[in-house]
Amino acid sequence: MHLSKPIRNIILIELFVPVLLLTIGIYHGLMQVIYRAGVIHQSSFAKLDYYQGLTLHGVINAIVLTTFFAVAFGHATIAFHLKKEPNYRASMLSLCLMVGGTLMAAWAMLMGKASVLYTFYAPLKAHPLFYLGTALLIVGSWVAFFDWVSIYTKWKKDNTEVNTPLAVLGTLINFTIWFVCTLAVAYEVLVLLIPWSMGWTPTVNVSLTRTLFWFFGHALVYFWLLPAYIMFYTILPKLAGGKLYSELAGRIAFFLFLLLSIPIGVHHQFGDPAIGRGIKLTQSILTFGVAVPSFITAFTIAASLEYAGRKRGAKGLWNWVWKLPFFDKNVYLFGYLINGLILFIFGGLTGIVNASYSLNNVIHNTAWIPGHFHLTVAGPVFLAILGMSIFMTSQLTGKKIFLPKINTIVPYLWTVGVLIFSTGLMWGGLLGEPRRTNLGLTYLNPESELYNPYWVITTMLGLAGGGIMFAAGVLYFIVFFGTFLSKRTAEPVIDFPISEVYHTEKRIPIFDTFRPWLVAMAVILFMAYVPAIMDTLNNNGKKAPPYLPTDPAPVISTIEKK
Amino acid sequence: MLDKFERTVIGVALLVSALFIFCLFYAMGAKKGNVTECLPYDKSYEDARVSQLDKNTYQVFYVARMWNFEPSVVYIPVGSEVDFFVTSKDVVHGFEISEKNVNLMGVQGAVAKTTVKFDKPGVYKVTCHEFCGTGHQNMQAEVIVNYPSK
Repeated sequence: MHLSKPIRNIILIELFVPVLLLTIGIYHGLMQVIYRAGVIHQSSFAKLDYYQGLTLHGVINAIVLTTFFAVAFGHATIAFHLKKEPNYRASMLSLCLMVGGTLMAAWAMLMGKASVLYTFYAPLKAHPLFYLGTALLIVGSWVAFFDWVSIYTKWKKDNTEVNTPLAVLGTLINFTIWFVCTLAVAYEVLVLLIPWSMGWTPTVNVSLTRTLFWFFGHALVYFWLLPAYIMFYTILPKLAGGKLYSELAGRIAFFLFLLLSIPIGVHHQFGDPAIGRGIKLTQSILTFGVAVPSFITAFTIAASLEYAGRKRGAKGLWNWVWKLPFFDKNVYLFGYLINGLILFIFGGLTGIVNASYSLNNVIHNTAWIPGHFHLTVAGPVFLAILGMSIFMTSQLTGKKIFLPKINTIVPYLWTVGVLIFSTGLMWGGLLGEPRRTNLGLTYLNPESELYNPYWVITTMLGLAGGGIMFAAGVLYFIVFFGTFLSKRTAEPVIDFPISEVYHTEKRIPIFDTFRPWLVAMAVILFMAYVPAIMDTLNNNGKKAPPYLPTDPAPVISTIEKK
Repeated sequence: MLDKFERTVIGVALLVSALFIFCLFYAMGAKKGNVTECLPYDKSYEDARVSQLDKNTYQVFYVARMWNFEPSVVYIPVGSEVDFFVTSKDVVHGFEISEKNVNLMGVQGAVAKTTVKFDKPGVYKVTCHEFCGTGHQNMQAEVIVNYPSK
């Protein structure tokens, strides 16, 4: 499909800006494994502090890159499947808000005024522009979504009896989840934290801010993941040379995500004091519910791939696996997606450990946690973003991919790196190694009283894996920017591969409408979260003034000075 | 509708989830594994102290601050049962005793509580595992188990 130049440029900017920032994000990823392994015993390197770098790594990789990509991929998906371009003014406004917000937050982080990590837990205080910047980034993504909703409603009026394309359904569900969950973090940031960081209100309820953050924080991971799921269902079977085993399974999975992505955030707060055990247990069980759509996806995609392998002449029980086009540079996207799926098997299983209520005591806030989520967000999510960003850039600019052979091996190299890295971190976590800690200064410094020799091997594995991941990242940057800078050889278009469906399925109206699902979503959400919020309001006995990360004494607000 | 294989898979997925949930309740019931208690807060929790309830029962009230725990060293006889209470006087802190699967958050204005039995002598490290500012990596305390029993 042909897209007009302004829309093409908007999408390309939405790919270029975050990938440019990702160079900073990945650099700090490498630096962290170096600090943590005790290779350097310093609080900062090249004028950037460890915790400042950790903040940059988290915010850029997990919020900026993922949000920009979801919007860029959403524009392309909606336009391609509904054959209607997004509105130029809305898309432009969305782009400006997102870029403006990102620049504000980036400034605050690079100046060292917001070294509070990407969770920005109060009462640690960041510069107000950090909060405002992230809020604008989020609001910018809403604007794009509202425009897609209007395109979709118009399309649906003309196509009442036609199933909404699965990719469009997935995109709309994903951004509905995103819109609802970000309302809580927008409230946290705009109503509670900005006035407090400006000194207009003296104190905040710490438990409330944490609970509002995690209302958003776990749904966030599905917001990262669903674009990858859309690719698994609608693109991957085609790339493998087969068909999608069941489209209906995809619809069911997406609607289950709509219901259960948000009311499980308390499973990040099992150690929090102000929330009752009943709510924690309830949300733990709901988390097992949200594992079901992932099981469904695993089966459906595996069945689709088996079909593809057999079509390519496979015999016997497992031979189909080896017939798939792993190293075919013409379908390099297959390599990116399949590696993500392999990593996600381990990411999903370790996630079940985290969600399991009292079992969480073993690993909460230890290095196990980053070990786990690098198998998810740095697995299927990140690899899908890398592969698709190259695919879209190449198509939308009409340029050939720079160094296609290198591009084909990037996901394999990355996967080897992540597996080693996560093994090290999860092993360390089981031995009590804390996450988010500059271990090189104390715990991995033989001169310190706190030196812990058990964590040498685990952090060394982290270093080895992290080094391989960094190398894969650099190769990706060479391919991505190389493609951007090469000469145009074809007409710019957007043409996603589309998987045909293996079973012919009747349209089932309930799986092609939003209203009843939205009502059910609201009901579950209220039942799961009203008691949690009430607990934080009732049990947090004292509010907290702001603190800078560098100073044990609170920041005295202007109100108290008077 | 969904075909036979797909229905089987959804059934299996639900069964596996049910098994996991059963394990979770089993751990709670038979193994007494649980998350922190949710207690009403009052100001007395901000006094760091150790108190002995009877021969083998202790209560330790920890106060976490940037960047240390108070009390920083606690002596406990072997075989004691200890209630740990944790609160914070400033930012959010973590409270982890890895060998005993103690894992709590220290939050200003709230108090976390768990109970542990120390059967084996040793030095148990209490590590802050939540980022709490530039001195976070220095924040560790000790529970020393093997106080000469009388």
